[in-house]
Amino acid sequence: MILKGRAWPTELWDDPWKLPRYRRGARMLAGLSLGALAAAVGVGELGPWLKFADAELAFASAALGLPDEAVDAAWILVKVAAVVAVFVAAPVVIVWWERKISAHMQSRFGPMRTGGFHGWLQTVADGIKLLLKENITPAQADSWVHRLAPAVALVPALVCFAPVSFGQALCAADIDIGTLYVFAMAGVSVMGIMMAGWGSGNKYSLLGGLRSAAQLVSYELPRTFSVVPVIMFAGSLNLTRIVAAQQDYWFGFLPKWFIFYPVVGQLAFVLFLIASVAETNRTPFDIPEAESELVSGFHTEYSGIKFSLFFMAEYGYMLLSCFLLATFFLGGGSAPLPFLKFIPSWAWFFGKSTLLIFCFLWFRWTFPRLRVDRLMDFNWKFLLPWSFANIAFAGLCLLF
Amino acid sequence: MKTAAPPTRSSLKTDQLFVNLGPQHPSTHGVLRVGLTIEGEVIVKAEPDIGFLHRGVEKLAEIRTYAQEVVLSDRLDYCSAMTNNLAYCLAVERLIGAQAPPRADALRVIHCELNRIASHLILLGTYGIDIGAFTPFLHAFREREMVLDLFEMSSGARLTYNYIRIGGVMRDASADWAAKAREFLAYFKPRLDDYDELLSYNPIFLDRTKGVGVIPAKKAVSWGLSGPNLRASGVAYDVRKCEPHCGYEKYPFKIVLGHAGDCFDRYHCRVREMREAVKIISAALDGLPEGEVLAKVPKVLKPAPGEAYAHVEGSRGDLGVYVVSDGTASPYRLHVRAPSFVNLAILQELFVGQRIADAIAILGSLDIVLGEVDR
Repeated sequence: MILKGRAWPTELWDDPWKLPRYRRGARMLAGLSLGALAAAVGVGELGPWLKFADAELAFASAALGLPDEAVDAAWILVKVAAVVAVFVAAPVVIVWWERKISAHMQSRFGPMRTGGFHGWLQTVADGIKLLLKENITPAQADSWVHRLAPAVALVPALVCFAPVSFGQALCAADIDIGTLYVFAMAGVSVMGIMMAGWGSGNKYSLLGGLRSAAQLVSYELPRTFSVVPVIMFAGSLNLTRIVAAQQDYWFGFLPKWFIFYPVVGQLAFVLFLIASVAETNRTPFDIPEAESELVSGFHTEYSGIKFSLFFMAEYGYMLLSCFLLATFFLGGGSAPLPFLKFIPSWAWFFGKSTLLIFCFLWFRWTFPRLRVDRLMDFNWKFLLPWSFANIAFAGLCLLF
Repeated sequence: MKTAAPPTRSSLKTDQLFVNLGPQHPSTHGVLRVGLTIEGEVIVKAEPDIGFLHRGVEKLAEIRTYAQEVVLSDRLDYCSAMTNNLAYCLAVERLIGAQAPPRADALRVIHCELNRIASHLILLGTYGIDIGAFTPFLHAFREREMVLDLFEMSSGARLTYNYIRIGGVMRDASADWAAKAREFLAYFKPRLDDYDELLSYNPIFLDRTKGVGVIPAKKAVSWGLSGPNLRASGVAYDVRKCEPHCGYEKYPFKIVLGHAGDCFDRYHCRVREMREAVKIISAALDGLPEGEVLAKVPKVLKPAPGEAYAHVEGSRGDLGVYVVSDGTASPYRLHVRAPSFVNLAILQELFVGQRIADAIAILGSLDIVLGEVDR
């Protein structure tokens, strides 16, 4: 019989727990997560370590007779390096994770070979491939605009991470207008996408660029307005202060996260989540790059390193959105229950962000794509009015 | 000093843009080129351009023997090669006056309906991708894979089967095979509900397909549409009912009808047709007669001069084959009435006034296979 040895889903799915490799996978996952948790608890809060390093640095520079500015400069460089490291490393992990998740949603395995363990090196290998590819600029393209566009899209994404508070006393730039700064900087990336659309000399790119300009500018509004209630409750634009305002517990167990503020919090969270998905060009709002319609939209003509810059910008924004969601609505690094405080704040922060990233991936591999005009309708006729209404609700809450 | 008036819509110079949709495009389902003239995102003019996959199948037939031509028919609509085989073999059988034995007829029905399922699953998956949902595609292909496994067991091939022969079928199907087919049906029926939950009744999907690319019944008939595209407009025309062949009259199934004739109806007609196909297959498996599977036909056919036409309900519509014999070992003329070719013609009318996104949805819902269009 020809079918001997070829497994049908009927045989595979009868009872997955009977399969040894399924049980082994579950054990492995549980072991990995517990190991990561144990490591986090072992390291503890990173704030004190940094303070210690700062003091050591100051001591060393004083011993060498260097001015105080040298310490500050060195310290800024360290912070920049740390943020860039998160920014560069995160997409590598997220892309691998997305591949695995999408694969399992579609009953496949995803990458399994590169690196040995479940293809964990696949994204690194792909990154190297992209770096080594020929750098093509189409003859029709507006050469300068075409080459500059990826940088214009990427740099704001990178800069946006500065005021994000990764945990207690873990913030590259603790500035008072943090929230405003993030949204203002994120808005600049639209320029890069429009430049890519225009400068590629491709009609599909042009259409994609125009679509994305309209989409990003529109969704910026409800995204910003949905955060206004949070700012009103916290009384500050500073991301660290917003997190600090969510540290306590109601009745000793319900965390004072903004998502738990009745009605206003949940509404704001949903609005911000939807607008964030749209801002990051991901399905169901991936209209600018709609593969089946516009080939790849604005980055049709990009390949190699220039493409990977766009790619990193997209994943950077996704990561940023998840960080912001965790900061604004899920209490940043605060523990969900008082007795869980032994786990350090940065671990909570990354855990919450990971959960949110999973939501983004989940949406992408479940939903179809909206149509351009419906997308605009949805924004102007649904999201924006509700975000205004939510500000009014928040005002009423504060009044009474 | 006079200040310049702000630009109004009429004072701005706008231009129409010509865009090539294909032949290399992710959603033209093959090598179809449509020259689109667009204004913003709205299509003003659409010119389908076909012929990139022309292999001269009809001309090739004139130098090959009748038996060799079955192989060529596989390559027409490569997504449902079984029905192509059937249409050709029925035409030749009509020409030479042969009749396939009852067991062969039942096996033909089973294989054609399995192939219909496989073919509609391709539409389901690729239509999801056209609309932007990637996951249903692999779910559909997972089930299609099982059908292909069944075909591999009975015919040895997974895409171009050459299974249905003049006078019957190539090889008998064993009892094991029938059991495996039943296993597939039992597994497949609940999956149809899964597709509906995952894709068909998704609000975004409904929003993208309901009321888009509406073809009223009258227009559908006048453009000569057939198959699910015609039935979606509410016209109850199905060759399996209207001119039953291979004993289709014995099996219980309904003609699946839509009412609006929009993209959603065209898509959902196919999903519901898979349910009917499941019914037909189980009935045919239950009442599978014993006996020969290949009638006695000479190895080299030399039919008396004459002509014959046979048509079957292919996965994409009314698939007809017309054979003319001049008394030699190869046909004088062979013509295929390819449903995809006829269904494609309405595109130029349907596209005008639509947005690009809708155009993709419409093109996908017509479910064309370029191998059949270009032949």
